[in-house]
Amino acid sequence: MSVTSESCVQNFDPWLSHPVRIAGITREIPGVCTLNLQFEDSRLASTWSFRPGQFTMLYVPGAGEAAISISGDPGVSSVITQTIRDAGNVTRSITGLGEGAVIGLRGPFGSCWPVEMCRGRDVVLIAGGIGLAPLRPVILQLLRQRDQDQELTLIVGAREPSLLLYPDQYDAWRRQGLNVIQTVDRADDSWTGGIGVVTAVLDRIGLRNAAETVVMTCGPEVMMTYAIKTALSRGIPRELLFLSMERNMNCAVALCGHCQFGPHFLCREGPVFSYRHLRPLMRIDDL
Amino acid sequence: MSSSAAGSNTQPSTAHEAVGHGEGVISETEQARFLPRADLQILIRLLRDDGFTVVGPKLDQSAIVYGEITQVADLPIGWTDQQQPGQYRLVPRNDDRMFGYVVGPHSWKQFLFPPSAIVATAQRTGDSWRMSTPDEPSPRYAFLGVRACELAAIAVQDKVFLGGAYVDPIYQQRRASVLLIAVNCTQAASTCFCTSMKTGPRCKAGFDLALTEIDSGFTLETGSERGRSLALRLPLREAQAAELCDAEQGREEAERQITKQMNTDGLHDLLLGQLRSPHWQTVAERCLSCTNCTMVCPTCFCSTVTEVSDLTGDHVDRERHWDSCFNMDISRVNGVPVRDSVASRYRQWLTHKLATWQDQFGTSGCVGCGRCITWCPPGIDLTQEVWTLQQLARESGHGLSHEEAPEQTVEIGSGEG
Repeated sequence: MSVTSESCVQNFDPWLSHPVRIAGITREIPGVCTLNLQFEDSRLASTWSFRPGQFTMLYVPGAGEAAISISGDPGVSSVITQTIRDAGNVTRSITGLGEGAVIGLRGPFGSCWPVEMCRGRDVVLIAGGIGLAPLRPVILQLLRQRDQDQELTLIVGAREPSLLLYPDQYDAWRRQGLNVIQTVDRADDSWTGGIGVVTAVLDRIGLRNAAETVVMTCGPEVMMTYAIKTALSRGIPRELLFLSMERNMNCAVALCGHCQFGPHFLCREGPVFSYRHLRPLMRIDDL
Repeated sequence: MSSSAAGSNTQPSTAHEAVGHGEGVISETEQARFLPRADLQILIRLLRDDGFTVVGPKLDQSAIVYGEITQVADLPIGWTDQQQPGQYRLVPRNDDRMFGYVVGPHSWKQFLFPPSAIVATAQRTGDSWRMSTPDEPSPRYAFLGVRACELAAIAVQDKVFLGGAYVDPIYQQRRASVLLIAVNCTQAASTCFCTSMKTGPRCKAGFDLALTEIDSGFTLETGSERGRSLALRLPLREAQAAELCDAEQGREEAERQITKQMNTDGLHDLLLGQLRSPHWQTVAERCLSCTNCTMVCPTCFCSTVTEVSDLTGDHVDRERHWDSCFNMDISRVNGVPVRDSVASRYRQWLTHKLATWQDQFGTSGCVGCGRCITWCPPGIDLTQEVWTLQQLARESGHGLSHEEAPEQTVEIGSGEG
């Protein structure tokens, strides 16, 4: 099972939001933007930290809260970076705000990607669409701790080239040792990457030692299901497969019941899970 | 800022304090006390003098519900309830019992986990917001008339709201100060199955005081230090042997009247092996998805926070309301509900209540009070549905999910969740 962050559990009212100011907004693909947030209370800025895979509850008074994964560098504490897609009332309210606006933040909450498990192992990250956002912190951390012999691969897929997230960062990641493979469902004339689903890429890439390869995937549930199926067929053990699940998180502290998935509260035991724990549940419709 | 730091040393008794109240055994030291019927008013007055809001049973809208009690006359004297699946009726008794009923649509959870509560507030300050959580003192309640199944339900919600890494401050504050005066059941409804869930009908632990009503008054047990000091201030007298005998007979009568049963042996694994059963659809054809079962359930804890803004938009309260897994919105992700069928929602409720609750909190979520059966408009009886699922599982050998069933049960039940 992935590790639930104990460090984030502090002895304060779990309902208390902290004001953060939007210090910068990057418009990514249509309907998606990345916010850089700074605590209004400077004491929090110096103590706050997160682990890759965790999320926060961002709050626009009057509109409500939304669970948003953290997409920034875990080594940088001065600013909290989160990538948001317009998916509803709250997220649209957030992305509609300008620089300088103040919103609320609770968290970080939830489990994290198994970064430590990656030491001495090859890693394949599989992202679909905005699913790359919660994997970005792990990319940045893995690149920092990478040893010379380690193979790091990112398979990133989108419906079309213009919907690939963070495209201008891929070259920098490549220079630092990440093998970035892009694939789209529908290409245009300028496209030089692959065409097809991420699982097709996973099916054919070279794996030096499948039994010692960690796979982390985030994207639509159906994509993750097939990515895992393919990974298993390549001989990657169940214990080394990790995925990030999405459900309706309301309280983020396992008190409201919304995000249950079988025995799990996704906000607490998830969002990142070992496939070993989710396997029986992922075959059940409408759970 | 947060105001969650309520002292919690004053929590009512825990199991170890009540050791000695063995089933059917009359503890000679503790139980031989008696409160004459005419003196119950003194207990209510003492509690009110101590600053408690006394909450107990009263008649309202043709039901026995829980509300503030200021005098004995507020109690449902001479009334009882008759319950069947989908049916609840008040009926006059032929005596003047004050607690001569079973349980009504209310449970004590509405006082510890209020149906509506402000969890946070945002106030605009220039170009920023001040964000805070409530710091008003919470009400101090004395619950009068808590049944054994309800003590068990409070213990279940203690695990939900206080047992995890994050504690709910509203529940914590109210729970820390509440005084629990249990009243043993001396009758049962056709919907009761606390004996199957091992929660009753006898109050054994978790109370400050426990009464058993007989015609002339109440035998009295204490279950905590607070209960003992309160008892010292009551005009108690030594109970006579006949009174103790009457009380014991009343408690035994309640147990005798319980006919409904649910076999809980292996239920966790069995239900999780039936996730693909067509029976969920069969239940869904009767289930209205009305949420009644979850509203009357004393352990259901789902909630949703909504924004309540003033007209200027400068002051916003975050209000938490009870929610239900039978509402589609509770599972809505990116605009689409995950559980969009009644069958999937009923399955979520039943399997959570009776199976995955154990993974999450180490206890069943059901205390056998029968409210969900009584207050279900079409009268769906979860014990019947469980029985059917058990029959279906038996007929198909190991459930309907074929070779996957054993694996499911093993992995879900691994307890690492």
